[in-house]
Amino acid sequence: MTQYRVLPGPEHFLPPSAASMGICLPNPGEAHVNGVIVPEERAYEEAAKQFLMAKVPTIFPGPLVLWAWNEKAAKKATAVRHLYNTLKECVQPGQTPMLIPMPDYRPKYPKINPEVEINPNHPNLTIWHNKIDCCMFVGVHCHQANLALKIIRGGTSCYTVAMCAQAGHEDAMLSFRDASVEKIMKLAEWVRKLKGTVQPRLTSAKSGASN
Amino acid sequence: MADTHSVIGTKNKKGQTFTDTWAMMNDAPRTPSFYTGSEVIKEALRRASCDVMIAYPITPQSEAAALIGELFAEGYIGDYFRGESEFAVMSQCAGAAFGGARVFTTTAGPGTMRAMENFPMWSGARLPIQMIVTCRGINSPLSIQPDTLEIAYLLNTGMLVWHAETAQDFFDWILKGYMVSEEPDVHLPLALCCDGFFVTHTKDVVNLTPADMCLPPYDPYRSPVPCMDMECPPVRMMRDPFVMKSNYISYATHASWQQEVWAAVERSRKHTIKWLNGLIETENTDAEILIVASGTAVSQGREAIRLLEDEGIRCGLVKVKVLRPWPGEEIREATKNAKHIIVPEFNVTGWLAKEIKATIPNSERVHAGPRVCGGMTMPPEIIVSEIKTLLGIHTVSMASRG
Repeated sequence: MTQYRVLPGPEHFLPPSAASMGICLPNPGEAHVNGVIVPEERAYEEAAKQFLMAKVPTIFPGPLVLWAWNEKAAKKATAVRHLYNTLKECVQPGQTPMLIPMPDYRPKYPKINPEVEINPNHPNLTIWHNKIDCCMFVGVHCHQANLALKIIRGGTSCYTVAMCAQAGHEDAMLSFRDASVEKIMKLAEWVRKLKGTVQPRLTSAKSGASN
Repeated sequence: MADTHSVIGTKNKKGQTFTDTWAMMNDAPRTPSFYTGSEVIKEALRRASCDVMIAYPITPQSEAAALIGELFAEGYIGDYFRGESEFAVMSQCAGAAFGGARVFTTTAGPGTMRAMENFPMWSGARLPIQMIVTCRGINSPLSIQPDTLEIAYLLNTGMLVWHAETAQDFFDWILKGYMVSEEPDVHLPLALCCDGFFVTHTKDVVNLTPADMCLPPYDPYRSPVPCMDMECPPVRMMRDPFVMKSNYISYATHASWQQEVWAAVERSRKHTIKWLNGLIETENTDAEILIVASGTAVSQGREAIRLLEDEGIRCGLVKVKVLRPWPGEEIREATKNAKHIIVPEFNVTGWLAKEIKATIPNSERVHAGPRVCGGMTMPPEIIVSEIKTLLGIHTVSMASRG
């Protein structure tokens, strides 16, 4: 049993992959929080809490939900928009929810515009620029999500959530698996349920200042 | 969009029924058949719903490659052709896999070495290609005979590496291999190795699943990277590697990318344990003497154990089925009681013994040998002799056999 926990960074110049530290992915019906397997219900509560505590809670939708390449993707995109709108309704003054797309994975030089997008090759630029202290990846191909999640953990203190349509991500601090429209909607329900019960961190996000 | 589960129970163009793989491998009736290893590869492929097989002749895999050509002629394989060289074959395999196909190929010895540049590329691009490696000698002077040295070179490519002992292993693992390597959290190539000739060219009784059942097709939409997108990595890297940009973030991205490949190797552990019933197999691990081996060295070890038992010497066995991911925990546990760990190998460097030494406490317990190479056989008597020498028991030299 590993003692390693997947926690907000900045962790290391080059942090290890969580899998190499013995963190395992959840089975269907489960999720993980900080690398510890939990029932999925527990993860909804924790993810909603993290969103409501954050100064800049942000959703990063990737190509698999940004483009209407099939009916399911279009429905997921609507659910993501609903989650974002719910966040905006439920936060307190001083909190600024954001929705920033990851439209593709192209390496872009000299750098991306962090105000309008996030890129898996240098995700920290967007995190730092917008002082994002909690984010959720959804609709990002698994390899690219893990790439970005590891870099974020290495260089920022941002709390990361993955809403993964496949097996989940150990490199996020919290990960769902088998993401569906229903699961995204359920997370929105939890955000609404916890509205007003969570004290937001209104001090400046450490992530923006780190490294 | 393909949905693998929706096709279960339906038939392919050859009249085979797409079958839940777990049910096919564990519950379906088996028919004992007397086949060479090469014929077994063909029979596994008949049931594998393989889209593309690319071949190039090199001993001792040529027969298997040719037999799969017959499968193509019969309509069981989507496409089949011969590449210009092993390097070309492995590059063409990558192209087919980038395009979303289930891909199979076979190679051996110098062919493996010639194609080597492609293997880390396959892993980095997360392509779940299956490659059979029928190991043979690789160095000059040329030898086509059994020798497992090439496996050492595959261990750090980021591929999954399994080492079959028998033709039965081969049949089952080809089919199960796709199930592991195509998991979206794994999605890596598999090098399924065997000792050339010993497995490929000898006949054995192999229990086959029904020929009218086949694997569900590969679903490329579960891939962790986009299929064949010329603008995005991994395909884009072939023409515009971001690592070529000299800045910190490019290096950090590449580092994270490499870590992700090895994270995927780690993730395969759970799936491999499920499908292969563990990464190792053990017998009598409470014995003070333990043979730890992979491939056909396991078979020779079994025979040596039988000979030792006749003389009242008790010896246990660890069969290492999977080399990547490396079964470190399992080997530590299996060897904890052993005073002497014997590692017989069919190669000159003893790569398996080195891996084991790096894994267990008190590694002076590891006796790296006996080793043969270049096509030599390994009579069980030389394992017996080695063990007796370790125990201080007088033994007759095997040198006169040479």
